[in-house]
Amino acid sequence: MTDTLSVEHLNLTFENENGAVLALDEISFSLARGEILSLVGESGCGKSVTAMAIMGLLPPGSAKISGSIRLGPTNLLDLNEAELRNVRGNRIGMVFQDPMTSLDPVHTVGMQIAEVVQRHRGADAKAARSRALEMLDLVRIPDARNRLQAYPHELSGGMRQRVMIAMALACNPEVLIADEPTTALDVTVQAQILELIGELKSELSMSVILITHDLGVVASTADRMMVMYAGRIVEEGPVERVFSRPSHGYTAGLLQSLPGYGSTLRSHLTEIAGSVPRLDHRNPGCTFAPRCRFATGHCNAPLPDAHEIGANHRSLCIRDTAVFEAISNHEIVRAWA
Amino acid sequence: MTGKPFLSLRGISKTYAMGPARLGGPVRNLHAVDDVTLDVLPGETLGLVGESGCGKSSLARMIMQLEPPTSGTMVLKGRDPAELGNAALKEARRDFQMVFQDPYASLNPRMRARAIIAEVLRNYRFGTPDQINARVEELARQVGLSAHLLDRFPHELSGGQCQRVGIARAIALKPRLIVADEPVSALDVSIQAQILNLIVELQSEMGLTLVFVSHDMSVVAHVADRVAVMYLGRLVEIGPSSDIFSRPLHPYSRTLLAAVPRPVPEARQRHASARGELPSPLNPPSGCHFRTRCPLATERCSAERPQLRSIEGARQVACHHADADAVGVHVTENLHA
Repeated sequence: MTDTLSVEHLNLTFENENGAVLALDEISFSLARGEILSLVGESGCGKSVTAMAIMGLLPPGSAKISGSIRLGPTNLLDLNEAELRNVRGNRIGMVFQDPMTSLDPVHTVGMQIAEVVQRHRGADAKAARSRALEMLDLVRIPDARNRLQAYPHELSGGMRQRVMIAMALACNPEVLIADEPTTALDVTVQAQILELIGELKSELSMSVILITHDLGVVASTADRMMVMYAGRIVEEGPVERVFSRPSHGYTAGLLQSLPGYGSTLRSHLTEIAGSVPRLDHRNPGCTFAPRCRFATGHCNAPLPDAHEIGANHRSLCIRDTAVFEAISNHEIVRAWA
Repeated sequence: MTGKPFLSLRGISKTYAMGPARLGGPVRNLHAVDDVTLDVLPGETLGLVGESGCGKSSLARMIMQLEPPTSGTMVLKGRDPAELGNAALKEARRDFQMVFQDPYASLNPRMRARAIIAEVLRNYRFGTPDQINARVEELARQVGLSAHLLDRFPHELSGGQCQRVGIARAIALKPRLIVADEPVSALDVSIQAQILNLIVELQSEMGLTLVFVSHDMSVVAHVADRVAVMYLGRLVEIGPSSDIFSRPLHPYSRTLLAAVPRPVPEARQRHASARGELPSPLNPPSGCHFRTRCPLATERCSAERPQLRSIEGARQVACHHADADAVGVHVTENLHA
């Protein structure tokens, strides 16, 4: 597998009148052709902002960005706005959380998909329209020919999200970024959309970045996962390796706080104490240390780089052995062992 | 947990009149809740689950007397609150309080946490300002909110802290019943465990009866003694939660549980089991509302509405074809396995 996208030493700082906020701290990862990479973490961990950086959608004034984001040989950070517009929606497609607010309410969905094709591929109206029809078929929308004429409000949430996916894929992008694509959907519809994304990935051999806070979504859909906390990648690896050998205090904390696995009715859930730290004054050591049950004094010293746990599996945690020993009997971990 | 129910609903329905589909057309009726009968025993937790539009929140609002039912009767602590006058209803409200989903939206942004909690005490003439203040600080301790946070505004608090304020307000008058509508849905995973632990602790300390509305099956499996599953306004299955989660009998309950993405290896082979999407509640299918998506549906299901009937003792199911023996098409694994 060759890398479609590779991000290296991405640092992102937002500046405001009160000072600077480090939103992304040395983010490096690569995305192979035909794989689904999941970014997992809680609000404010930097998963959405990573997607925005890749799409070049950050406000140019306040966002200071360094590092590189390579799509093939091109560093996206070197492109100007006009060049970026040829990448967005064309070589990288994006699907957002809320399909209602991301679609234009006054145009038919057929027009909205056709517009993308006309803009990027220079197709004439007729060709664009037939491409739109093809895309609605591809995302399994029944009665596609008539649905071309539908306005977003005439479609259900699941159908709207299918339209968003059709739009994002209309130009055969190399990368699809899906930011919490099923969070606003009901659970039975979520299952259908996740299945669709998995099938399309294989049919079109595209690469997918799937952003989610739900470990169940990761387990059922992704090939590889990156756990993010406070702007850093704290653990990354193939899904089955991370679940079978969680190697960061935060990953372990996330797994243990899930109700229903190894807990009995109303038993005490293992909490992650406290809340996510502010990003404007951070300590040099592990940002999770103040909330971590495994932390020692060493965790507050400047952190070494991520180290290998196993094949393609890396963690920032210097207490990874203690973490794994403590969680190796957890029901989810045993299920993956 | 035996004896007389604390709360009884008998044939509760709620119909909203919607505007006509087109000018001069007939007024359309939306049956948000359709003939729901159930009991909640003192001290128990009843989980109310279902997807959007199933009527679980409408039912919660009717229990709270925030909206009158269109038909049906309710008995709360031996009286029908609908028959009480305003003054008596206000007095009765001491006994039932609500915790809302969105911790920010349910707090007045212009009031400090202290004033938000004190307001309910003042409304019920709890005592002198000093007594009220002492009680607010006692409540803050009880919900795990540090005293210095009491002087902050909601926007200066995290989501979890806001939800603690909302819970302190709900328990301030020592109610007997709490209706919690998706109390942890808006919270991050790590905070969700903290708030669930808090709710469980308060329930056992105060002997609370709890109606817990959620779309998250694993959260409900963790807190509820019994579960009621709703679909398009109707109760389709109700029974002990351990039974329902280990062996759902209604085809919809099975579909719903099978759709939950779980962080286990089997999730990777799983395929979406639900066909189609929720029909419009304005125009639900005849007979059994679920028949359009149901693998077991027959002609009888479109002709005749299935009534709730007892199967296996404490369990009731509204399905023509749900027989304890016929089940086994795909039994979901026990969430508490």
